[in-house]
Amino acid sequence: MSTLHTVNKSPFERANLDACLGHALPGDAILLIEDGVFAAMKATNLAARMTDAAKTFKLYALAADLKARGMDPANVVDGCTVVDYAGFVDLAAANSAVNAWL
Amino acid sequence: MDEEFESGVVKKFMYVNRKAPYGTIYALEVLEMVLISAAFDQDVHMAFLDDGVYQIKKGQDPMSGAGMKNFSPTYRALEGYDIEKLYVEQESLEERGLTEADLLVPVEVLSRADMAKLMGEMDVILGG
Amino acid sequence: MAYTVNGKTAEADEEGFLVNINEWDEEFAVLIAKDEGINMTPEHWEVVNFLREYYAEYQIAPAVRVLTKAVAKKMGPDKGNNKYLYELFPYGPAKQACKIAGLPKPTGCI
Repeated sequence: MSTLHTVNKSPFERANLDACLGHALPGDAILLIEDGVFAAMKATNLAARMTDAAKTFKLYALAADLKARGMDPANVVDGCTVVDYAGFVDLAAANSAVNAWL
Repeated sequence: MDEEFESGVVKKFMYVNRKAPYGTIYALEVLEMVLISAAFDQDVHMAFLDDGVYQIKKGQDPMSGAGMKNFSPTYRALEGYDIEKLYVEQESLEERGLTEADLLVPVEVLSRADMAKLMGEMDVILGG
Repeated sequence: MAYTVNGKTAEADEEGFLVNINEWDEEFAVLIAKDEGINMTPEHWEVVNFLREYYAEYQIAPAVRVLTKAVAKKMGPDKGNNKYLYELFPYGPAKQACKIAGLPKPTGCI
């Protein structure tokens, strides 16, 4: 049994990502969406932490929300997988619950 | 306000942009407010700090995937409205792994300390 | 309200501005102009096309002051002045020409 966590707020502005990382269990999927995708990028001051998180959790970022913000999907941290909307649906189906950190 | 504008007194205005562009409506609302207020011939400054620096990131494409209007080209129209005093906070760029080369308009990059000083010189500060 | 020309219909707001800029074409422009009491000449088209280019580049319709300045820069001071533009578009070059160009009401148009 695993959970899909979604995070939709900027990690620089809100504590949603911290709360999520503090409560997700090893092996859970974490999908960054909307302003949450900023946390996926290399070269931010969070990058080391996110690279680490990708070793404990399955880390994903939504392609459309990266592109909207001018964030290059090729520049996400190691271990983070970029998915499209269909991939979002697949993740929701593959996990037994969805926990939206709003 | 109206009497002040009519008396011809030019005040130093600063619009402080601290939000990323598409997750909330703040960025677009401030941009529209700035374009409208340009008619009043005030001394307008725009500051981009914290997540506000993402507003002027190059390469935004919210239409093709997310179906939202891309208003980032409008920041390049500000010059035609005689709004040319754009300031970006250095620390905010660095925290986000961005540099001046990632931005789609010419700006002056200031340290947080200098941004604070500049804010202190304003007559009116409007947040967003 | 809506405009209909040659079997095509385009929805407009209560002031006559097109709701969807992508529905615009030159036949709608001529029709909207006629509603405004304007017979489109090459000089009118020059301004309307300029506005469409401005919108494509900046995603806004310019305020009249900004339009005048931009026209002056591109087409020279003989055209980039209030007198010339108001003769072409008597009810306001920004507002009236934008409507004919299928653009939204100019930002900063009070």
